[in-house]
Amino acid sequence: MKAGPTSARLPPLASLAAWLFGLLWALPLVYALWAAFHPAAYTTHFDLAAPVTLRNFARAWEAAPFARYFVNTVLLVLGIMAAQFVICTLAAFGLARGRFFGADVLFALILVQLMVTPDVLILENYRTLQSIGLIDTLTGVGLPYVASAFGIFLLRQAFKTIPRELDDAARLEGASTLQTIWRVYLPLARPVYVAYGLVSVSYHWNNFLWPLIVTNSVETRPLTVGLQVFASVDQGVDWSVICAAALMTSAPLMIAFLVFQRAFIQSFLRAGIR
Amino acid sequence: MSSRLTPHIQGWLLALPAAVLLATFTHIPALETIVDSFYATPQGSRPAPFIGVGQYATMLDDPIFARAIENNLLYALITVPLAIAFALAMALWVDGRVRGRAALRLAFFTPTILPMVAAANIWLFFYTPDYGLINQVIRALGFASVNFLGAPATALPALMVVTVWKEAGFFMIFYLAALQQVPPDLYEAARMENASRWQIFRRITWPMVMPTTLFVAINALINAFRVVDQVIAMTGGGPDNASTLLLFYIYQVAFSFWDSGYAAALSTVLLVALASVALAQFFLLDRRVHYR
Repeated sequence: MKAGPTSARLPPLASLAAWLFGLLWALPLVYALWAAFHPAAYTTHFDLAAPVTLRNFARAWEAAPFARYFVNTVLLVLGIMAAQFVICTLAAFGLARGRFFGADVLFALILVQLMVTPDVLILENYRTLQSIGLIDTLTGVGLPYVASAFGIFLLRQAFKTIPRELDDAARLEGASTLQTIWRVYLPLARPVYVAYGLVSVSYHWNNFLWPLIVTNSVETRPLTVGLQVFASVDQGVDWSVICAAALMTSAPLMIAFLVFQRAFIQSFLRAGIR
Repeated sequence: MSSRLTPHIQGWLLALPAAVLLATFTHIPALETIVDSFYATPQGSRPAPFIGVGQYATMLDDPIFARAIENNLLYALITVPLAIAFALAMALWVDGRVRGRAALRLAFFTPTILPMVAAANIWLFFYTPDYGLINQVIRALGFASVNFLGAPATALPALMVVTVWKEAGFFMIFYLAALQQVPPDLYEAARMENASRWQIFRRITWPMVMPTTLFVAINALINAFRVVDQVIAMTGGGPDNASTLLLFYIYQVAFSFWDSGYAAALSTVLLVALASVALAQFFLLDRRVHYR
């Protein structure tokens, strides 16, 4: 994002305020970074000559099965995203292009989920998972989020802007509905898929309450739950190790964000403007 | 099959997987929650007896529920305006020409990307009595160390700070986008008339970003009623329920006390709260905000 056309140079006082605020905002993270990268003796003692170390990360990595948690989270976010793409694409195409009986009512009902997200209905959804034997499985963690009202809404909007002549042309060449979606709609809506994918991955990388309820073993716990279990079991309150663990669990998303800053911000914007 | 029916059947077939999943995890459980709230919690294998509004009567006499509602309303009332004000200020700063714009934007936005649980653990360290950075500053100034999360008066505000810290940068990007949509000639005209900065903000910027403010307000409000991660990670609702919020209380009643009937009644209250926000949004956003 460039400086807006409106942008006058900030007066000195405003610049100062902006900088003070920026510093204040960065402080918790900077403090955590300091603690994580220095020996425990320097955790709360600031000395520019303090040696830099990776030992805190190594200790956190050994103290809990973070490797497994990483695998679980990656499987979870990619699985959810893939399933969302399929399910939401089909529904969005149906709602954008078909004029079928009850389509408007169905769409209104779908939008209800924008407010009533699955984590509000924890008890009933837990029971549902119990009755189909999916407690403590990654499928169980992901399933309630697969049909996402947000995804259907976003893709439906995108599909509606695609000229109908294009699918008429595809059909004339003998393409079936699914082939039309695959050849015409998917490629044209690519930026929307990228935006939705980024939003979905960051949401589920960070999601906590529902996986906390559904999982109860190392084999299924995602990073957020693993971090909480790790930090709440008495670590002898070794803040340098806890900070290292907290940063480690956020690292892949943070690094991806730093590298693709523009894409991330554009995605959140696109996703937010309804 | 008559060809007149084909588009209907095809439409439903396409939407079917999504419809079934949504019904299973949103609509049916929402209705079941409301129905269950009129029954007692089942004991063993015996079916739960119908007790009408019994759970709601219990609720009215439950001091923890009252506390959770009060806390939640305070939470919304304080964090929503603060997040909006900070987000707008940040956007104005980053939109203007200022040294190190990119670094500033990064400082404001980065907390958004962090998982709440990770942020909560970092702030736990930040708030630590005696050694945390805040208390180091307080002690250096000659005051006694404060146990922010351990004292009833400061536990909830301490959680609010984390929420605002994490949310403001997210809302900033929406304001940034809105600011860049304001036609530049409006500002030029104002400058020709020698309008002050405050007048420009009050008469041009603020009305022009009003739709964004509404959007952000609604989202912040919904978030305020769904706050739970930082409560679990930082205070466990304590001390003495000082930081209990509605969704956290539901979680506790459902999964620590296993009182499913009462949890259903509490969830119904949350559903009503969210539905009210949804209705407010519907009416506010539908009436279109006038640029005035």
